Amino acid sequence: MGPRMKVDLIILAILVISALWAVMTRSLIRSAIGLALASAVLTVIMFRLSSPFAAVFELSVCAGLISVLFLSTISLTHPMTHQEAAQHQRERYSRYFVLPYILIVIGIIFAFVQVRPELKLPPAAAQTEVRVIMWNLRQVDLIGQAIILLTGVFGVVLLLKEARKK
Amino acid sequence: MSAEFFNLLWYAGMAAVMLLVTGFYCVLATYNLVRVLIGLEILIKAVTLLIILAGYLTGKAALTQTLVITLIVVEVVVMTVGMGVILGAYRHYGTLDARELRKLKG
Repeated sequence: MGPRMKVDLIILAILVISALWAVMTRSLIRSAIGLALASAVLTVIMFRLSSPFAAVFELSVCAGLISVLFLSTISLTHPMTHQEAAQHQRERYSRYFVLPYILIVIGIIFAFVQVRPELKLPPAAAQTEVRVIMWNLRQVDLIGQAIILLTGVFGVVLLLKEARKK
Repeated sequence: MSAEFFNLLWYAGMAAVMLLVTGFYCVLATYNLVRVLIGLEILIKAVTLLIILAGYLTGKAALTQTLVITLIVVEVVVMTVGMGVILGAYRHYGTLDARELRKLKG
């Protein structure tokens, strides 16, 4: 295993650990921070796998905007009382303690059972620029994206409008 | 397939499977509505990782980057609407616990 692969392995491990932390931690704010960390680590992986445009989107939108959305949602709700938090902690422990063991078992299986499928990669094609594919090949998808964005905007506006009326 | 590519495919695939399991477990085990969205987000991260990996291995990184950009746009809309729905439910029921949402019971 070369040094590049070792670095990749460490980054992948950090990605999985940050996602696990986001799920396992009790505080919702820490969960949101763990998710942002996972997004940032995924960005590094994207850069290393020669996808810089997607990486920039991931960093700005997933690590930035979505974290802000999570933090705003959490701050708009009331935290639990001390007693509720203690009760909740006991419940959580019984529900989540299996997850790290499942992940360790998956890691052991993948580390020791290396099946080598006869995959034949296609011959390396000439690299096309992202903007050429985006604007020439995927025009219909762009229209779909715009419609989805509008749907999201209208959905949020309707939800907030209803809340104001009440 | 060269040994380096195979190792990358194998270990990144392992990370993606771990992320998928973590996300599914979070969605299934939690009662907190915000944490359901966090689980969903982790599932989407696993899919993103696999798409980027496929683009790198097949030499079609540009095409997969446009796919990932679409995925991120859809993800943001889903998260925004989901959080709007959660806030609406919180205003109505005063809790984020999914067990307390009884009005929709069939």
